[in-house]
Amino acid sequence: MNSIIFSAAARLLVALMFVFSLFMLLRGHHLPGGGFIGGLIGAVSFIVYSLACGPAEARKALRISPEVIAMLGLGVALLAGMFSFFMGDPLFTGQWYWVGGDSYETSAFSINTVLVFDVGVYLVVLGGILSLTYAFEEET
Amino acid sequence: MADHSDPNAPWKTLSGLGTSGLTAILFLYFLQFLGPVAAGEPVRFVWDWIPSLDVSLSFYIDGLSLMFALLITGIGAMVMLYAAKYLAGHKHYDRFAIYLFSFMLSMLGLVLADNLIALFVFWELTTFTSYLLIGFIHTDAKSRRNALQALLLTATGGLAMLAGFILIGITQGTFELSELNAAGTLADQPFYLLILILVLAGAFTKSAQVPFHFWLPNAMAAPTPVSAYLHSATMVKAGVYLLARMHPSLSGSDVWVWTLSIFGAVTAVFASFMALRQTDLKQTLAYTTLMALGTLTMFLAGSTGYAITAAMTFLLVHSLYKAGLFLMIGVVDHSTGTRDANVLGGLKSSMPITAAAAAAAGLAMAGIPPFLGFIAKEVAYAGALEMQLMLFVVPMALVAFALMFAVAGIVAYKPFYGLQGELPHEPHEGPWPMLLGPIVLGVLGLLFGLLPGIAAYWLIEPAVAAVMGAPDVGGRVKLWAGFNLPLLLSLITFALGFVIYQRHLALRERLARIEARAADLDAGWDRLLDHFVTYTKIQTRLIQTGVLRQYMFATFAVFAATVLVTLMARNVGGISLQFAGLSFMEWGVALLILAGSVLVVLTSSRIVGLVALGVVGIGVALIFIMFSAPDVAITQLLVELLVVVLLALAFLKMPNLDPSGSQTHSFPNAVLAITVGVLTTIVVLLVVDQPFDRRLTDFFEAASWTEAFGRNIVNVILVDFRTLDTFGEIAVVAVAALGAFALLKGFARARDAKGGDK
Repeated sequence: MNSIIFSAAARLLVALMFVFSLFMLLRGHHLPGGGFIGGLIGAVSFIVYSLACGPAEARKALRISPEVIAMLGLGVALLAGMFSFFMGDPLFTGQWYWVGGDSYETSAFSINTVLVFDVGVYLVVLGGILSLTYAFEEET
Repeated sequence: MADHSDPNAPWKTLSGLGTSGLTAILFLYFLQFLGPVAAGEPVRFVWDWIPSLDVSLSFYIDGLSLMFALLITGIGAMVMLYAAKYLAGHKHYDRFAIYLFSFMLSMLGLVLADNLIALFVFWELTTFTSYLLIGFIHTDAKSRRNALQALLLTATGGLAMLAGFILIGITQGTFELSELNAAGTLADQPFYLLILILVLAGAFTKSAQVPFHFWLPNAMAAPTPVSAYLHSATMVKAGVYLLARMHPSLSGSDVWVWTLSIFGAVTAVFASFMALRQTDLKQTLAYTTLMALGTLTMFLAGSTGYAITAAMTFLLVHSLYKAGLFLMIGVVDHSTGTRDANVLGGLKSSMPITAAAAAAAGLAMAGIPPFLGFIAKEVAYAGALEMQLMLFVVPMALVAFALMFAVAGIVAYKPFYGLQGELPHEPHEGPWPMLLGPIVLGVLGLLFGLLPGIAAYWLIEPAVAAVMGAPDVGGRVKLWAGFNLPLLLSLITFALGFVIYQRHLALRERLARIEARAADLDAGWDRLLDHFVTYTKIQTRLIQTGVLRQYMFATFAVFAATVLVTLMARNVGGISLQFAGLSFMEWGVALLILAGSVLVVLTSSRIVGLVALGVVGIGVALIFIMFSAPDVAITQLLVELLVVVLLALAFLKMPNLDPSGSQTHSFPNAVLAITVGVLTTIVVLLVVDQPFDRRLTDFFEAASWTEAFGRNIVNVILVDFRTLDTFGEIAVVAVAALGAFALLKGFARARDAKGGDK
């Protein structure tokens, strides 16, 4: 797509959209969002970039190939789920650690496997869709 | 076969020695159960496996399973040691060691399993591992074909057996063998005949009873250590083990007696003649294995003390001498370069130790006193005389044993003391790791014969007690049982066998002529497979036309038909449509969706159709927003957007749609589309008409915050309550993306290879 306006706007929009996708990922546990939605928005941002500047440029911007991202995501999700083995819980039981307290109310923030799992989902969706789209674009 | 340039060779040899050592340790481990089991106290281990299906991982060590376990680990350790030398320097020796060890473990699981389902799993594991072993020389097409034959035949039998097991589980309420056997015979239970046929199908294919015998001689394509292991104490004995294991449950009917007697006796006699006919000594041994399996099956038909004692004694002695003979043939083959009975001879001076080991095994096989083989034959005749079909079994046993005597001479006497032919290599004695097995096994055969009380007390009597379900009911195992009918029969056997050995060359020619005229089951198997391939090709052409439109039509037609039939069968009541109370906005969205759908059908431009579909999708997303499901709405919107982008990329390469009214917009397509649409609408309306079950909703609303610390219920369900489902879904996403990626890149590469016609 050889439109100067589009490619100039795309560079700005893509960064914003990508940050927005991370925002959607992180807020997901309490508000609309989460790994699936975040991953979709992230994928859309890079698709817009590849439409504006071509798939080769978009691949370079991504740095890691999307197939690897998808597989990494799957691994992250699995590891997050398997962590509960060490705690003696069934597979995929969420594990929570309260920092600065012993419950949600008293702690400053929490570290938990649920968010790690959601990050895995994010990476799989992002990588999966991008690998498909890039392959399509390079085909044509 | 040796390739000494491999730098990893020492490690590979070590892997072989390691597995051999582990197996020997297992053997020592099982020795400790001899005491309790001989004292009549079986041991049972249980772990829950699939409690919801009443499937547990339970192991049961009684006389029968312990005898098998000791044979499997004991002979296994020797065979693995032997293989480390036999295949030394082979490129894939490490692979071989792993296969053999896995096979040993599967076999061990099979004989120790107390649960029928676990037994089946181990049963099929032995099938798969033996497939790898038989087809180990994978560069040889014949070897691959024979491995596949063994796999298909025994796995098919195994599946029939599984059906039988499930029937037992359903009708008896338990899958535990120990409980089933304690409950006594199933002969008067419903489905007994069906269960018996299905289980026998598994046992007979695995133990190669006629007419399923042809895979066993073909399995000789494997390296000799594999043959020695698979055909002495393990793989093929699994069927016999099953018959013995389930003897208390399945015997006790005339069908059992007749089927086992006839199949076993026919197999035994047929195989002994075939053994005589072969000139390749390994093939000869293969057929004698078949003979042993037939004999064992025949004796398991009986339920009297001597019949079962005969089966167990013969099982023990056969495992010992057959493994020894196979290993011995391997040494001879290794040293002289041939296995041809017509060529081999006069090796006693160059291979004295092998000759001694062969003599011990051969004398046991021929049943000459004071070897255990003699006792086994005596007990066998005593058992045969007690059998229900005595008039049939005794002559058959006599013929088989006499032929065995002659074959023992051909295998163990002639190569060492007969006339020497032209040998490919100058013979030399084998290395000690290859001689250890034959020697130990030969000595055991002699020792158990001289002191039959040891074998009887520790091994045979507990095994008989396990099969009979009661101690001290078996026949007496001793070297000298006095002048009686079995002894007379033994003497007749020797005389007959000696005459056959003297005339075996003439007899072999005559057998070869008969064989040439007889039906060839092995070739029949190939024809069967060819027909099957032809059939599948026709079926594939019919079902998989390669036209996407036809696939879609078939899929939706099946969908419509099943929904329609269900709706009519359930005779659902009327549907009430309520348009009152719809807001202006809801009407607007509905019309938007409707307009999009109509446009998709009418347009002749792909891009217009695509955009119209996008409108439909966005309309649906709007509905989600109106009913306050923001997560679903956002996802729907984004997916819709991505679909449009992806399809637009694909459409760049595709031609315009056919103009409306052309042939592909045919009448059946329209009817199907409308039917599916109407049915889906009806189903949705029916679902909505049902009172809403709030139990899950209430649970998630209540638990989402208290248990998972999240306020967005959709997300909490995705990443906490139903994480396993989500994981499955993202795995699907990843695999689908990889698959599509591979397809697209593959096409691109294929096109480039053709010269890149863009």
